[in-house]
Formats: sequence, C-alpha cells, structure tokens
Amino acid sequence: MIQSLISIKSVRHAYKTASGPLPVLDGLDIDVPEGGFVAVVGPSGCGKSTLTRLLAGLMKPDEGEVWLHGERVTGPKSTVGMAFQNPVLLEWRTILQNVMLPLEIVSTKMSRREQEERARHLLALVGLEGFEGKRPSELSGGMRQRASLCRAIVHKPEVLILDEPFGALDAFTREDLWQTMHRVKSEEPFTGVLITHDLRESIFLADQVVVLSGRPARTQYVMDVHLGAERDIEDLYTPDSAEALRVLRHQIRVAQGRAEDTEQEAAE
Amino acid sequence: MILKKVLVPVAALILFGIFWELLVWANGWPNYKMASPSDLWPAFWKFRWLFLEYGWDTLWRTVVGLLLSVFFGVFLGMVMGLSRTMRDALYPLLVGFNAIPKATVVPIIALLFVGQHDMNTILIAFLISFFPIAVSVSIGLSTLEPEYRDILASLGASKFTIFWKIALPKTLPEFFGALKVAVTLAFIGTNLMEIVEPHGRGLGHLFDSGKISADYPLMFAVLIALALMGIVLYYIVVALEQVFAGWAERPQT
Repeated sequence: MIQSLISIKSVRHAYKTASGPLPVLDGLDIDVPEGGFVAVVGPSGCGKSTLTRLLAGLMKPDEGEVWLHGERVTGPKSTVGMAFQNPVLLEWRTILQNVMLPLEIVSTKMSRREQEERARHLLALVGLEGFEGKRPSELSGGMRQRASLCRAIVHKPEVLILDEPFGALDAFTREDLWQTMHRVKSEEPFTGVLITHDLRESIFLADQVVVLSGRPARTQYVMDVHLGAERDIEDLYTPDSAEALRVLRHQIRVAQGRAEDTEQEAAE
Repeated sequence: MILKKVLVPVAALILFGIFWELLVWANGWPNYKMASPSDLWPAFWKFRWLFLEYGWDTLWRTVVGLLLSVFFGVFLGMVMGLSRTMRDALYPLLVGFNAIPKATVVPIIALLFVGQHDMNTILIAFLISFFPIAVSVSIGLSTLEPEYRDILASLGASKFTIFWKIALPKTLPEFFGALKVAVTLAFIGTNLMEIVEPHGRGLGHLFDSGKISADYPLMFAVLIALALMGIVLYYIVVALEQVFAGWAERPQT
C-alpha cells in the first residue's frame, strides 16, 4: 500500500456554541501522496478553515485522525508551512527578516549566513529581488503575498497549507501568482493543500480537487486533474478544462443544496 | 528638511506671542486681567532660582509618576489583553476608578500618607495617567489577528515567543500613542497635588504664592514654564517612538 503523506480519516468536529454544538466537519476523508497538491473547494462556511487548523495541529478533531508522514498529528509540528489570505507580515521587520521568521523558531542545521542566502534565493524565485530591505507597507498586495509564500516554505516544510492565499488579489495578479506557484513547486517540491473558492485556481494549481459538502462538511466529490506539470493559463480554456469546471460547478451547487437549479438551467 | 521641521513650529510660537502681546495692548487690559508676554520675562527673572528649584521638583516627580504608570499600565494591560476573564473582571473597576475626579482623591491621599509630599505627588501623577496606557496595551494585545498567532503557533512556538516576537512589538504604536496622553496627564496630577495640598514645593506652589501675593505675571509665568516642560517631555516621548515604533509611520507619498 502506498502511504499518503497527508491522511485525514473520517474526521468529525463540532464547535461548542451558546446554542449547543455546531458540527462543521462530519466524515471528512482526504489523502495526499508525497509531492501531491490537493485543492479543497466548497460552499462558504463549510469548515475549510477548520481543516487548515486541524492539519497544522492547532486544534484536535473530536473524532477521526489526521496523519502526517505516518505520524498522528497531536500538536503543532515544525514540518508545516502556512500562508493565509491575509499575508500577516510583521510591519516592523524588513521583507527579508519576515521571510526568515520561521527559522528563528524551527531549529535548522543552516548557519545564519545560509539562512539568509536561502531567504534571498526564495525571494528572487518569486520575483522579489531588490525588495529584501523594504518594509511590508512599501509593497503591493500581490508582492506581500509573494513574501508570505516565501516565509511559508523557508524552513523546507513537508506540508504547505494555503488558506485562500490569493483570495484578496485582483484577477491579473492572481494569475501571475498561479504561475509563480508552479515555478516554486518545480524548484522547491512540497506536498500541499490549497483551500480556495476559485474553481479555475483549483484545477490550474492542483492534481486533485476535493469538493466538500455544505456544513457539516464531508468529502462529497473527488476529481483528478489531468493537466501536465507544465501549465499555462491557456490550458484553462481547452474543452477538457471547460468540462472539468462544469462538473465542479455542478458539484458546488449540489453542496449548496441547489442542484435542481442546475438541472433546470440545463433543461432550458 | 530638519531646519524646516524646527523653524516652522518656532515661527508659530513667536507669532503666537506677538498676537498675544497685541491682543493685551489693543484691549488695554491691566496685567491682573491678562498678563502679556512682555510682563512674563521680569517675573521669570525675579524668581529665576525658585523657578529652577521648583521646576525640578515638579519635573522629577512627574517623570517618576509617569514611569510608575508605564510599568503598572503595561502590566495591567497585559493581564487584561491576554486573559478574557481578567478583562471582564477588571474593566468596570478601572473605568469606575478613572471616572473619579482626581481632585477629590488628593485630600484622601494627603490624609493617608501625612507629610509624605514626594510620594503623595508622585502617587497622584501615577493614578491620573496609567489608565490610557493600560487600556491601549490591553486593546493592542486582544485585537491581535489570530493568523499572526497561527504562523508561529503552527511551528510549535511557545506562548512567550509569540508574545515577544509578535504581540509586544505590534502593540508599541498604541502604547506610544497612550504615552503621549499620559505625559500631559501626569503633569496635571503633579500640579493638582502641589496646588490643592500646598506643601511649599513645586511649580504648583509657586503658582499658589503668585495668587496669594497678587503677582499675576508670576502666575502666567508658571503656566508658561509648565507648558515648556510639557513640550520637552512630549517630544522626548516622540523621539522614543521614532526609535522603537518608527516603522508604524507610513512612508510619505
């Protein structure tokens, strides 16, 4: 049996609220092989952010198990990198110092000099060469997100968790960053989970798309993406991609409980 | 650039002085109604040694009171900012205490610690000025976005590391904002004690003497001396802010 690097097994979780427990995850199964990149899509409020916190070991599920590299996740691990929709850069640090932040927490074998070289290398990889000494407030939203991406992978995490990292960017910047993601992945291979609302983004970046049902979320549908490792924005406009997007859109409607609408539209 | 930064405010001060002088002159006000800047200098000169001695009293007691405020205010702010329960418990108490006019606390303190003039004065300066510091630090800490915590927590960083590397520096701009308010408040506290419970020390006492001996220019001169000391302390805080929280200032566009 091939062991998955990330394995989420029938996870259930409910938040305690004043009006009783609020179930958010109800039978979630996700498997990601080493080097794989899975996109998780679903209606809003379906517990996607809960999923990132579970993966990062920031909380424990009520039931079920989360496994990383054959080890059960019971608390935070330094083998995880995270990036959020909000780039959360520290305003009092330069971009370079921001990228190096995880290296101050995680023990590495790198010398201080090697750490800095690595950070500079990553910044150059995402196109931020020459901005190392700038403050976050001097950068645009897209550039800050690039820096945040560098910070997420600087300590060579086994797992990269991306929680809607491009959600707040304009369409052109977003497409630029998709390309950057591919460049980063080819140079710095990682196993990733991407939470997103953007179906085009999901098939452009991931090898597998998992559709979650509405709250409480379970795995509703899994689709393998058959685009090669080298991807171009044009690949999104082929008949195959159009069909894949149509299927995903339908699955989202099912998840929202609006499947009849789609069928009606199709009949009209 | 720096020249402009100094010249503009100095020019504004001089213009203000000229305007004041003209106003008094044009209305023909006697100096017991409104002293003019030209009356002030003789008053300063006549009492120059007292100004130095009492000015120093007021200054060091204000600064010590302010330092107490910083330590206690930051501590209280941390307790309230990091614990929801403590915030719920302490906030009403703090607001209630702050609402009490400090002039009414002066005689109580004076009775509690009879004769301890330095301590009493410092205590009032402290009591009047710690509130904004405590509130701003607690707000700064409690409004920290969860993602900031998560980026370090997910790497297994301890609570203390998160506080030291993220929460504390992120709160500095709020802290300095509050400190600027606290500086002026501390001066009010010191003078309140010196005037309401006169004990022969501080600029407040000099003001009181001016009042008793009907030396109106002296009273105005005390006000100006207090204003000058306030300006100096304020800009010391601004300079510290530049050093420790200069990053919070947006680049000029």
